[in-house]
Amino acid sequence: MGSYLLRRLLQLIPLLFLLSIAIFALVNLAPGGPLASLGGSRHVNPQRAEQLRRQLGLDQPLPLQYIYWLVGNDWTRVDADGDGVDESYGTRRGVLRGDFGISFRTRRPVLTEIMERLPNTIYLMVVTLFVVAIIAVPIGVLSAVKQYSLFDLIATTLSFAGQAIPEFWLGLILILIFYVWLRNPVTGEPLFPAGGMYTLGSAFSVGDWIKHLILPVAMGAVGWVAWYSRFLRAGMLDVIHQDYIRTARAKGLTERKVLYRHALRNALIPLVTILALDLPYIFAGSLYVELIFSWPGMGRLYYQAATQRDYPLLMAVLIIAAATTAVCNLLADLAYAVLDPRIRYD
Amino acid sequence: MDRMPPEDSRPPNRSAADALRPAGSTASNVWGRFRHHPGAVAGAIVLGLLVLSSSLAFLSPYDPEASEIDVRLAAPSLEHPTGTDALGRDLLTRLVYGGRISLSVGIMVVIIALVVGIPIGAVAGYFGGWVDDVLMRITDAALSLPALLVLILLSAFLRELDLPILHSNSVLTIALVIGSLSWMTVARLVRASYLTIRELEFITAARCLGAPNLRIMVRHILPNAVGPIIVEATLEVGYAIMEESGLSFLGFGIQPPTPSWGNLLSDAQEHLTLHPWLAIFPGLMIFLAIISVNYIGDGMRDAFDPYRVLKKVGEV
Repeated sequence: MGSYLLRRLLQLIPLLFLLSIAIFALVNLAPGGPLASLGGSRHVNPQRAEQLRRQLGLDQPLPLQYIYWLVGNDWTRVDADGDGVDESYGTRRGVLRGDFGISFRTRRPVLTEIMERLPNTIYLMVVTLFVVAIIAVPIGVLSAVKQYSLFDLIATTLSFAGQAIPEFWLGLILILIFYVWLRNPVTGEPLFPAGGMYTLGSAFSVGDWIKHLILPVAMGAVGWVAWYSRFLRAGMLDVIHQDYIRTARAKGLTERKVLYRHALRNALIPLVTILALDLPYIFAGSLYVELIFSWPGMGRLYYQAATQRDYPLLMAVLIIAAATTAVCNLLADLAYAVLDPRIRYD
Repeated sequence: MDRMPPEDSRPPNRSAADALRPAGSTASNVWGRFRHHPGAVAGAIVLGLLVLSSSLAFLSPYDPEASEIDVRLAAPSLEHPTGTDALGRDLLTRLVYGGRISLSVGIMVVIIALVVGIPIGAVAGYFGGWVDDVLMRITDAALSLPALLVLILLSAFLRELDLPILHSNSVLTIALVIGSLSWMTVARLVRASYLTIRELEFITAARCLGAPNLRIMVRHILPNAVGPIIVEATLEVGYAIMEESGLSFLGFGIQPPTPSWGNLLSDAQEHLTLHPWLAIFPGLMIFLAIISVNYIGDGMRDAFDPYRVLKKVGEV
């Protein structure tokens, strides 16, 4: 186990290195380069452009830019005033030390921009995952236990449907039903709001926040419920035909205890892995949900950055999301090893 | 709950029992098992209809791109079964033309995924060692990238470049973008098959007879690994259709006036309140295409793997 852990950790280093190169290349090899639409203003005079290029370090060769981006340039002298002499130390600290640069769009540190949006995305995601777990686990267990029953048939069919529904379409349909068609019978207002995290300009109220959560959470949850319940059904089916379940029954345990104490525990193990692999979505956010419901989170931030070519922000979101995925992959495997003593690593 | 019988004691249903009978994995046996999967058959019929309608799109009396001002935003009627859009274009015509795009992107992405994924997986699994390590790290890296976010960027850049063959608004461009991040599952799957099969005795026999590596990889191992590849390729069509519509919906895919299911849906957003049919039908098409592909994939999986069916009905 120890050597396995060490090997996996060592594998993580080249992986992250490869990812950083791929992301840097992807963004910097873009046509026109990062300055093509700097700050969205089309008419940057040549002198100003030259100055900006130097300030942002874009006059350096790409490999050097990559190094500066990764580890910063405060350890070396750079030519800040353009007189051909490298006179002052750089100010960038590099991604490895948490400096993701300055956003082209807002001229504020990228990390600040991300930290403003991240809590909103995490809030949405945690609620969504909670709802998913509450719905998916009972459905998965019941349809495995009552395999081929009417319930199982309906659950399996709905799960197929849920996985095939395009998320963005579901969002529009939800708005159509719960905002356009259905009205609150007393006030005549739409049943649920169609966007935002709360009513702008109104005092904080829990009810208002919950009302704003329902549709985005529903939109995000359907696909996951479909996928998790189907996954858990398969896991339960694997488990309930095993000998130790027969043993538990032979000991005279109630069916409830057999299912929930003995079977479900082992059936949940693979789900933990899947969950760990889904966690990175916290960083990328659910792009479609945030766009359709104007949710001020990471997904919408990235979308804006992509339409306005805010390269530092794009690179930051990509590298954070990719690194999180890589680390979560490792955690998933480790969790598996810890939770399931039957698995041995050499 | 407590009244549940200890095990599923009901006899396996008819179709499953039929599915068990022909053992082996020759093409006719696989087909025989596929035929008895009701979902897969239904999926094949729906998908067939979608393919047929989009290949016969030119029969429509309406032009998919020319506007007709006097029938703007008409509700569904006999002349326009799914209504018309803000420029008076017949939505059904645009839907079937859009189907051409989505379905051909689906097929092209799968071809790209297979052309890239099979060699990578085969070489990694067959040779092992450092070759395997390098190729799998690259695969891991590609899998760690947030796919949708990267596709948005790639598509934006390629569209700006407007290369000779990869025109800014061509199906090939968007297929290439999606394909660039869809080969990894195939590669992993193929690698796993090669790892197992290369240890079997008939491979040792082939090697003793002096067969070169390439011949062993292509002629001896590949045919035995084809089942999982076909299943994965089928499911990949669904992912590709979903990704194409998503990108077009976000404005990073096929651009109007060329219709695609995704950009039709995107255009429908502003008309949602008063003209909901514009949003309902394109999404329904995407949904039908993907669910039928998924059911076909599920049927294929059962057809190629009788053991899985046995397990499903609780016989193993």
